[in-house]
Amino acid sequence: MEVIPSLVDGIFQALMPINLGLCVVGVVVGLFVGAMPGLGSVNGVAILLPFTFVIQDLTGSATSPMIFLAAIYYGAMYGGAISSITLGIPGASTAVATTFDGRPLALQGKAELALVTAAIASFIGATVANVFFTAFAPPLASVALKFGNPEIFALMLLAFSTFIGLGGDDIPKTIISIALGLVLATVGFDIITGEPRLQFGDPLDLFPATADWIDTTGFSHGIRFLVLAIGVYGIGEMIWTINSTRGEVTMTEANVNFRSVMSAIKKFPQAWKGTTIGSFLGFFVGILPAAGATPGSLMSYGVTKMVSKDKDSYGKGNVNGVAAPEAANNSASTGAMLPMMTLGIPGSPTTAVLLAGMVIWGLQPGPLLFSEQPDFVWPLIGSFYVSNLVAVLVNLAFIPIFLWMLRMPFTILAPMIFVLSVIGTYAAYQNMFDVWLMLIFGIGAYLLRILDYPLAPAVLAIVLGPIAEPTMRQSLLLSDGSFAIFFNRPIAGPITVIAIILLFLPLAKVIWDKTRGKTSVA
Amino acid sequence: MRVAELVTAIVLALLSVYLMWKSGEGPSWDPTIARFDNIGFDETGAPGSGFWPFWLSLVMFFSSIWVMVNWWKRTSPPSQSDQPYMDGYSWKMMLLVGGGLFAFLGLIEWLGFYAGIFLFLVYYLRFLGRHTWRRTLLIAVLTPVFCFFFFDVAMRIVLPKGITEPLFLPLYDIFL
Repeated sequence: MEVIPSLVDGIFQALMPINLGLCVVGVVVGLFVGAMPGLGSVNGVAILLPFTFVIQDLTGSATSPMIFLAAIYYGAMYGGAISSITLGIPGASTAVATTFDGRPLALQGKAELALVTAAIASFIGATVANVFFTAFAPPLASVALKFGNPEIFALMLLAFSTFIGLGGDDIPKTIISIALGLVLATVGFDIITGEPRLQFGDPLDLFPATADWIDTTGFSHGIRFLVLAIGVYGIGEMIWTINSTRGEVTMTEANVNFRSVMSAIKKFPQAWKGTTIGSFLGFFVGILPAAGATPGSLMSYGVTKMVSKDKDSYGKGNVNGVAAPEAANNSASTGAMLPMMTLGIPGSPTTAVLLAGMVIWGLQPGPLLFSEQPDFVWPLIGSFYVSNLVAVLVNLAFIPIFLWMLRMPFTILAPMIFVLSVIGTYAAYQNMFDVWLMLIFGIGAYLLRILDYPLAPAVLAIVLGPIAEPTMRQSLLLSDGSFAIFFNRPIAGPITVIAIILLFLPLAKVIWDKTRGKTSVA
Repeated sequence: MRVAELVTAIVLALLSVYLMWKSGEGPSWDPTIARFDNIGFDETGAPGSGFWPFWLSLVMFFSSIWVMVNWWKRTSPPSQSDQPYMDGYSWKMMLLVGGGLFAFLGLIEWLGFYAGIFLFLVYYLRFLGRHTWRRTLLIAVLTPVFCFFFFDVAMRIVLPKGITEPLFLPLYDIFL
């Protein structure tokens, strides 16, 4: 299949009124959730996923809801910068690095320079990533067509070991999070043997009085991904934000008008270095399974600072320090779509939600998507280009409106998110049991988060569990129970070895630090 | 924070033991299958239904022990922290917001979604947010009205109405 004609056709499809409308609405929603402290792309996508059924009903295809959610994802990458710069609080974790230089610029009275630099760098980062995506995705998908169960399982292993090796969180806590997510994914029925598993009905049978008002039969449906995702990202995250932003935040005014935007655009070439590093590095970090935009933007900031001649100016308001993370988070978010679309393995928590959405809309994610569902794939890729253009225009044109929205008291936003989370969970499965479970997960997630338990791995695990388990068991069935099958095949072998190396990377680092510590003492 | 770190690790360790025990359960229709028969390989070389959850729960158990070891050696940030796990503000917030959410779901079971949303928003906006009555009532009324037209009317997802169901019958006649 020719890439260019397919892409052009896809862009035209994305420009159809309904899809263009969804792009615009998605980008605006994304800018809003991205800008609001406490909400990021993953929260927006998880909370709004149940509402996309209506879009699928209206248009009759899975492309339009996906375009909508992807537009939220991109919009949020732009939006995060707005609050990082004007409030000094990252609007989303992906924009943490933007505060380092964006906030000092705002305090120097150059908020509009920082905002415009962030928007243009984001646009360039996303455009570079879109071109890479278009070039790499079809060949990667055709290679992936040769993948069997052992290869797919090896990739899953790689995703989890990336979290452990490169996630930067406490290692045993990351492992607990992954294992718990994977075990929760097995609740319900075993799809291979048909046996019921982990249906937690019986402990409550000990208390017959509870039988009437606690309905544990809900576990026979299994624990749905959205129940955990909305619990963690809707309820848990909101409670966390209410608790952590208890003081008043001060907002720096930005005087954004046509003239200030034009003058900031003229100064943009100063930020070329950060933009270039962020655009390229972000994409490749984004591709790594489970890495995503947050590490991509932090690494790009670090590298840009490292190669700069004027390191001291970073952290004091260097425009390159704004451009690098902003170009990188947009670029990484497209990069994270690459393994999701071609291999069926999400590169970030947000793409995990998108992947779960694809399953709900009746698609089979994986390499076959490109050959069997070109009507889904190419309009979506086309929409990446369209959404990106829409996002930069809406962002630059409506910065004052977003600044005004940031003044919305949290005591209005929080209950609205709670109501949306509750209704969204109910609307998805029409079952109150799931809503209660969602609330319990949300509170549990908050309690664990205080102690630095990372929760993104659990969300990713509950999405990947239903793929990882059958591929592993079927591989072992092929090999009569020998684990060698994951090592002695030409593609699965190297991936498994890399996964194991990543798994032991933190251990190697501890040993390295210890030996170096000893030599320096000596 | 130190106590909470240890208690959480113990709770997670107990949870993983329970999950291991539960994973080993054979199917209820065949009582001859002993517990933990399904966690290894069967005669054809295929792993049983309990294989995956059992061994993962075991991994989780050892990781919980690892967290406890880090607690003992004081190598993780929460095990070094003198900060309370939850201070006065956090407890109050947890009680008011978390408790409010449980009450919200209880109200939904009893009075249905729309009355529940109205009461929850009045509680949150007026009593936690201290917004004016005018703003509170505006949001608390418009949100359920919008939701009714979006879900019940446009999407045909009928949200439960509990004991308030009869009040909606005339609306169904008009809009559905």
